[in-house]
Amino acid sequence: MGDIPTSPDIIFRCKGSPLAAAIKSAGISFPLPKSGLILVGEQTNILLKHTQLIHLRGKAVKMASSSSYNSPCAACKLLRRKCMPGCIFAPYFPPEEPQKFVNVHKIFGASNVTKLLNELLPHQREDAVNSLAFEAEARVRDPVYGCVGAITFLQRQVQKLQKELDAANADLIRFACNDIPTALPQAPGTSSFQPLTPRNRLAEFNRRNIGNEGGGFYQVPGALPYSFPWNDASPDDINDGGEGGM
Amino acid sequence: MKESSRKHGSLSPCAACKLLRRRCAPDCVFAPYFPADEPQKFASVHKVFGASNVNKMLQELPEQQRSDAVSSMVYEANARVRDPVYGCVGAISSLQQQIGSLQTQLARAQAEVVHMRMRHLASTSDYPAGTGSTENKLMASQSKSFYYMDTVDQANITESLWSY
Repeated sequence: MGDIPTSPDIIFRCKGSPLAAAIKSAGISFPLPKSGLILVGEQTNILLKHTQLIHLRGKAVKMASSSSYNSPCAACKLLRRKCMPGCIFAPYFPPEEPQKFVNVHKIFGASNVTKLLNELLPHQREDAVNSLAFEAEARVRDPVYGCVGAITFLQRQVQKLQKELDAANADLIRFACNDIPTALPQAPGTSSFQPLTPRNRLAEFNRRNIGNEGGGFYQVPGALPYSFPWNDASPDDINDGGEGGM
Repeated sequence: MKESSRKHGSLSPCAACKLLRRRCAPDCVFAPYFPADEPQKFASVHKVFGASNVNKMLQELPEQQRSDAVSSMVYEANARVRDPVYGCVGAISSLQQQIGSLQTQLARAQAEVVHMRMRHLASTSDYPAGTGSTENKLMASQSKSFYYMDTVDQANITESLWSY
């Protein structure tokens, strides 16, 4: 694969994070979109605007419908056609965000986007447009890997964290085994910081690694929606990994 | 791949030209990456991106990068076919959630390791429990690994692919 492209600073957060506070101060109100998808960062300000549009949907629709008589949506402007009142693009590509549609049109094409949106329910279209816009921008910036580069980067992060977690749990097991002569009996329901017998420690280790709380994400590939084509570092695997959704 | 499809004398069209019902020229840009025996690969890419967009994108890339580009496009297209709303952005979201969960678990496990080490030292050391210097050294070395992941993440994040 050569140099792995580093990802943009993609952060998905829920309420309560400093990011959420920043979004709030930018004028976006809660609740967050159903997708929980928030893209922020110094280099991804334009993507944040996509999220802003989710929360300002009412305003955007109103602007689009009222402005369609005066000003066409970004899609119709680029396509040089009359923006009709029922234009499928108008709610999602306002005229003040021309670059969003430019990217989407460049990568996917207006007719493909139309077909895709027509196949979706109206309440799904916003998220679909925002994800398309994200992918399109990623592809414009990285024509070779697009947003798959970010997936690869995140996948490696997951693997690294899992290894570190396994190492820390192995340390705990070792301590637990060394504590055999000094371990005190453990009452049920007490906190994990109380000393455990080696058998309980081993059970805890297994629970963390096999159960819901543990490394199930790494050890149970089915938990992910897709397998990733570039799990191995070997560049020779690239050409074999084109299937993605398995 | 181009050569093998032409080897036996028959000009068997690549999967792209077969789907588009056109003559597969010897210099067809799709032929090396969309062999005739993998029709589904091009079908999903064509559905999501469109043949002309793929053609344009490949033409803009040097030849040595086209294979990776096609692989990533196929991956994105398959993801979009499976999940028409989120596509592979859903996978990014899922991975990010996993990372958050793993970081929490790791922090907890490392805190417990520190705790166990301190207990172990206290029970085996000649010094009385709670000696500041020993505990401080332990905490200092442990806090390095606590924050290692964050500092690595920050370093990677600042090397953003998307910096201007």
